[in-house]
Amino acid sequence: MKPEVILHSFGYLTQAAGVTIAVSLAGIVIGFVIGALVCASRVSRRAWLARLGGAYVSVFRGVPLLVQLLFIYYFLAEFGLDVPAIVAAVGGLALSSAAYQAEILRGALNAVPRGQAEAAVALGFAGSDIWRRVLLPQALRISIPPLINEFILLLKASSLVSVVGIAELTRVSMNIASLTYRPLEAYVGGGLFYLAINLALAGFGALAERRLAADGAR
Amino acid sequence: MNPDVLWRYLPSLISGFGVTIVCWSAGGALGMLLGFAIALARRLPLPPLQWALRIFIEVFRGTPFLMQLFLLYSGGPYIGLRLTATEAGVLGLGLYSSAYFAEIFRAGFASVPRGQIEAATSVGMAPFDALIRVALPAALIASVPSIVNMLIVLSKETVVLSIITVPELMYQMQTMAAETFTAFDAIFAMAVFYWLLVEVVSRIGARVEARVTAFLAREGAAA
Repeated sequence: MKPEVILHSFGYLTQAAGVTIAVSLAGIVIGFVIGALVCASRVSRRAWLARLGGAYVSVFRGVPLLVQLLFIYYFLAEFGLDVPAIVAAVGGLALSSAAYQAEILRGALNAVPRGQAEAAVALGFAGSDIWRRVLLPQALRISIPPLINEFILLLKASSLVSVVGIAELTRVSMNIASLTYRPLEAYVGGGLFYLAINLALAGFGALAERRLAADGAR
Repeated sequence: MNPDVLWRYLPSLISGFGVTIVCWSAGGALGMLLGFAIALARRLPLPPLQWALRIFIEVFRGTPFLMQLFLLYSGGPYIGLRLTATEAGVLGLGLYSSAYFAEIFRAGFASVPRGQIEAATSVGMAPFDALIRVALPAALIASVPSIVNMLIVLSKETVVLSIITVPELMYQMQTMAAETFTAFDAIFAMAVFYWLLVEVVSRIGARVEARVTAFLAREGAAA
């Protein structure tokens, strides 16, 4: 094992880590928007909307991410849409993450005590105000720790976008491995970057959880 | 998709499905055994061992599965670990899931009320007996839902093995797609197939879970 291989490629790995973070961040943010819509349709009183939301979650949680990514990639090609691979990559991550985020949001909504909505009705809040001022703010804060956790999972899952040719951490580690004939060092180096990012995120998540718990106790 | 194409490739697809099932069950079994051993070892009062196990769990849960596979498969030979793709795949699934299973079993043990162990020792059970006969059954039952969930996650991870050329279903399907220029059809079929597989496995898992924890519901109703 030659640790200097990792040092030599430090610049490339840092850049690649940036791509990994950017792709995952785009995936989680777009996924949140789609996930919120899916969640809204799942809790809707219209049966067909609720069923549609349920089907979305079932499909996107049931099909392996690699299959989803390749599906989107080939789907765009099949219909002659010449879009860069990054669109398929971010789109795949976002669509898949949306299913998980929808469930996180639904769980958080269910965790808001029933009495809150009833109290709001009793106080004469309008329907939309109950959502905007009472339910959503509470549900969102409950969902922050699991959403950070989902971000960590997505960051790891983003290694799969290497198969559609995005130069993120895993892809760049592969390239370093094949250029230097030192796979051990290359993958340990890439792995250390993932670990560092995830530990930082986990620390941030723990902090957020403590802060929110302290606020709730007040 | 052209049915003739599918028919011609059916044998290789079936063999691929077999490899998927073998990797899944072997990797899952390995991960569960290793994870259980880790969970037990974490109860030993040996600080250096605790740190080592903590690092093991953090590393395998904090890095992508694909990265671990690459390290094992192409980095392995440099430390005298020469594995075929399938061996590396099974070992990779086992190591990766063992970190998660270790935490599942640890949580299971943590969920057993302290009083139960204390009661067992106060009626004269040796600490080892209290662990095996009192804490263990309760811990295992408490872990069942998480175990089922992890096995479902693992079934989806088997697809990643195709990247290191393990001849499982996804790999065979991609070979077919490349040879017959049917990429879109093949990937569509894959999506449907895996969705059905995960649905079926989830249903079976829910059944098993209900069955194993049925007595808890009865106890709750009686109380």
